[in-house]
Amino acid sequence: MSGLLDRFTTLLGKGAAKGAASSIELKAMIGSGGFSGGVHPKQMKITAGSPIVQSPLPPRLILPLKQHIGQICTPIVEVGERVLRGQKIAKSQGYVSAPVHAPTSGTVLAIEEHAVPHPSGMGRLCIIIEPDGKDEADESLPPITDYRAEDPGVIRERIRLSGIVGLGGAVFPTFIKMLRDHRHPVEMVILNGIECEPYLTCDHRLMLEHSAAIVRGLDIIMHAVEAQRGVIAIEDNKPDAIAAMQQALADIAFEHIEVRVLPTLYPQGSEKQLIQSVTGRQVPAGKLPLHIGVLCQNVGTTRAIHDAVCLGQPLTQRVVTVSGDAVPSPANISVRIGTPIPFVLAQCGLEDLSGVRLIHGGPMMGERLSRLNVPLVKSTNGLLAMRQEALYSENAVEEPCIRCGHCVTVCPVGLVPNELAWHCRNDQFDRGQEYDLFDCIECGCCSYVCPSHIPLVHYFRYAKGQVAKIEKERSFAELSKARSEARDNRLAHEQAERAARRSKVRKQQAGDAAGEEVSGAETSGDGKEDKA
Amino acid sequence: MSLLISSPHAHGGDSIRANMLSVIIALLPAAGVSVYLFGWLALFLIVLCMVGCMLSEWVCLKMMGRPLSRLGDGSAALTGLLLALTLPAAVPWWMALIGCVAAIVLAKQVYGGLGHNPFNPALAARVVLLISFPLHMTAWLVPMHAPVFAAVLPLNLYDFSQCWNLFWLGPEAIGKGLDAITMASPLGHVKTEWSRGIGAVEALRNYDYSYLDAFLGREAGSLGETSALALLLGGVYLLARHTISWHIPVSFIVTVYVLAALFNAVNPDHFAPPLFHVLAGGLMLGAFFMATDPVSSPVTPRGQIVFGIGCGLLTWSIRTFGGYPEGVMFSILLMNCAVPLIDHYLRPRVYGK
Amino acid sequence: MNILFAVLLLGGLALLAGIVLAIASRVFHIEGDPMMERIDAVLPQTQCGQCGYPGCKPYATAVASGEVDVNKCVPGGERAMLAIADLMGVPPKEVEEEAAPPMLAYIREDECIGCTLCIKACPVDAIIGAPKQYHTVVESHCTGCTLCVEPCPVDCIDMLGKPEVLEEWTWSAPGKSRLVIEDSAEGETHVRAA
Repeated sequence: MSGLLDRFTTLLGKGAAKGAASSIELKAMIGSGGFSGGVHPKQMKITAGSPIVQSPLPPRLILPLKQHIGQICTPIVEVGERVLRGQKIAKSQGYVSAPVHAPTSGTVLAIEEHAVPHPSGMGRLCIIIEPDGKDEADESLPPITDYRAEDPGVIRERIRLSGIVGLGGAVFPTFIKMLRDHRHPVEMVILNGIECEPYLTCDHRLMLEHSAAIVRGLDIIMHAVEAQRGVIAIEDNKPDAIAAMQQALADIAFEHIEVRVLPTLYPQGSEKQLIQSVTGRQVPAGKLPLHIGVLCQNVGTTRAIHDAVCLGQPLTQRVVTVSGDAVPSPANISVRIGTPIPFVLAQCGLEDLSGVRLIHGGPMMGERLSRLNVPLVKSTNGLLAMRQEALYSENAVEEPCIRCGHCVTVCPVGLVPNELAWHCRNDQFDRGQEYDLFDCIECGCCSYVCPSHIPLVHYFRYAKGQVAKIEKERSFAELSKARSEARDNRLAHEQAERAARRSKVRKQQAGDAAGEEVSGAETSGDGKEDKA
Repeated sequence: MSLLISSPHAHGGDSIRANMLSVIIALLPAAGVSVYLFGWLALFLIVLCMVGCMLSEWVCLKMMGRPLSRLGDGSAALTGLLLALTLPAAVPWWMALIGCVAAIVLAKQVYGGLGHNPFNPALAARVVLLISFPLHMTAWLVPMHAPVFAAVLPLNLYDFSQCWNLFWLGPEAIGKGLDAITMASPLGHVKTEWSRGIGAVEALRNYDYSYLDAFLGREAGSLGETSALALLLGGVYLLARHTISWHIPVSFIVTVYVLAALFNAVNPDHFAPPLFHVLAGGLMLGAFFMATDPVSSPVTPRGQIVFGIGCGLLTWSIRTFGGYPEGVMFSILLMNCAVPLIDHYLRPRVYGK
Repeated sequence: MNILFAVLLLGGLALLAGIVLAIASRVFHIEGDPMMERIDAVLPQTQCGQCGYPGCKPYATAVASGEVDVNKCVPGGERAMLAIADLMGVPPKEVEEEAAPPMLAYIREDECIGCTLCIKACPVDAIIGAPKQYHTVVESHCTGCTLCVEPCPVDCIDMLGKPEVLEEWTWSAPGKSRLVIEDSAEGETHVRAA
């Protein structure tokens, strides 16, 4: 009934929308199993039909020592050293970390601070390599052809050594997600082929062109976590990818994997939302997907896992969608990690960057880069070059909230973004946390529909940063307080000791005085002691 | 020069202006009916109120040093239109102007302007007028095409000059008293008859009440509230455009219907039938256009349902037990007060919690 | 007569209410946190003495006893002031001095004569060293209070801005950019404090 009504109203809306200003797209609730909220941004997948092309070697490769979530790596090569493709050049420090590998053979030019793709424009330590053009490979990781015969632990170790992180953009070290926990066995592995961000098509092309590798990669993951079911989730806006994956499954005769077609809805590619769409269950707050027996992996990651295991190739290149209205020939390019972004843009015919705004990622969750000369990193799934005037966020003027509630309707997490933003704007961070600030996934649906153009996500990010900062200052203050108190106690103790000693001496002197006269030498000794 | 800008970099294209505009468009059928019923008089009143509200808004923005471009968001024009549609056609022009100033200055700008008003400005202004000028605010001009219209001839509401005089100078200008050209609304009639000990069913019979007239709008009432059909059309348009959600209007109307049906079932002679309640007075206008005013209604779906039920309960109670024949306006304003509370306690369930 | 009755009635009621309140305040008496502790907890613990007291705790004690205003903590800034005013139940008062950006003390070790005077001055024991040995500041413990600068006889301590690192970068509020580093199309890099 409600579905019918919905369709009826949408029909009416379409007709009427032409009359007034442009219609907004709201999707209140979708059928059972799906998550609530979400939006339908304009697809803009102009590169969906462009096959992946290989980018040439750039004159320089800049490899940040941290391209993942977790601890930064330490370099294990020296300036001037020759490295081979696939050679590990920086090792993990700590558990949550992923090593960095040389993307081609060449010489280490420098190990120094260099700007990285980050909204702040700040830099971090990078290894800079000058390719020698020979592209000689390091063969220390042998291919594992019969992975099903290997111990799952070996596979996981291979994934860890290969520096693989989530290539959907979150860049969380993959091996950590593939933990086998006997209390929470993984029942289902979901392959995330949703790619709900507008413009981006790299996962789409990968599914079309490397379907066999992806299916094998999924099988490797399933073996590594001993899962019985595999689901390849694809949105219905990619029928060719659906067909390609089905064909690949039929070719290899994998019957434990199925393709699941989901209605197109942003942000379905977000892990927790996807899990709800596929399984109908929510990951409880503060828990991992693992706790409900699910593991999610992105298409690009899965392909990287296949290459690392079956071909013995660590993660040194990835597919990137280069698009946007300023790019003359948008494309999907396979690029070595560390390639300078202007070099990649030049491959697509964009050489003059004046008046161009660069977005690292998709338009919904990508970051605007303030510095252009940065390398492409593991998290780069898209590069959008937009003319300044085409970028909405640049020109929007914030107006007062009219409490229309559209942000509440579209929030896939169930927040009340307008109230939350109000608290964040007024620096009421405690209230913000009461309104579940830290559950926000920053998907941008709220800002996308806001008729008042309120930068809601920006407010949430500001508040999250402030909360973290206050928390840090508080713990530092506690530390300082403890240190200061310890010092005060020590000083008091020393003073007390001295006083005790003095009174002891005085007592002694009094005793001595009873017998003999006071010794001048003793007094001076006492004075010396006091000074020390 | 550029500031640090966060994602998202795309936008759906919605704006305050588009929202206000779609509500104005949705009110066009009701406004059309009002012109059909009250002729030039309705048109004069609508134009006067819209202009009056926009002028008040302009003065306020100017005084408060706010950007005058805010006038372009259409909210003042919408308030003016809504206010006009809640007024009786025979209301003097200066009274309407007082309403405009009350709506914009008292009910909106003193709270901080658009987005900060706790009450629906048009309704708040109507309350100001109703309490200040109870006589004029309950005298309903006999509409054209109503069965009793013949009795007040030679009044022709389609005659420009006659309406012009009537509008600016009052009924005395055309040689009539206010009583002579006005009549009771069905709700008012039922209330009066009750006070004389006559049940609702009997009262409606002696009023010549017809459901069809009420549905189409051929009855006495405020400019825009008479035609349930026109208001429904506008409401469906707003629902289709997702400018409003179904929660408030549906819960509001269903609550009134269910309550009326229950009591009507217990004592059919005394209590008015449910369909009468739904079609009568400002319920349709209130449910689709007033209670759904985004600023003064809850933002969460559950909150909106509670809000609608509250409005329904209060409306039926005031109509049945209260001192006023109509309760839509009071019920919405009373529920407006409860919105912060509702919003705080009825938040959606957070994912995974 | 009536007036007398009314007066007696109201007086009686007032008496009754007074007794009830008195009993309630005894029965439900809550031992509040000592105010000093609570104020101390919101202070930044830099122990810098900019408030005119020899440390955070002495200042907290002075505020709690009401002898000094709530706005004297410079590094705590507006946030600490508001928190203290809230605790004390007094109106907020603007902090007059603006807090300097976070600083750290650095000892130019080649100039250090190992006199230990700075070690004694440091309120949080963040300087290590021994007599006649170079001293050094433990960066992670330094509160940037500058108390070590004055006692140094050879003036070898510098207060330098705390280096900003990517990991600690946070978003500023919309429209209020902190530091934007931007590459222009001509290939120049602009560093701007906005």
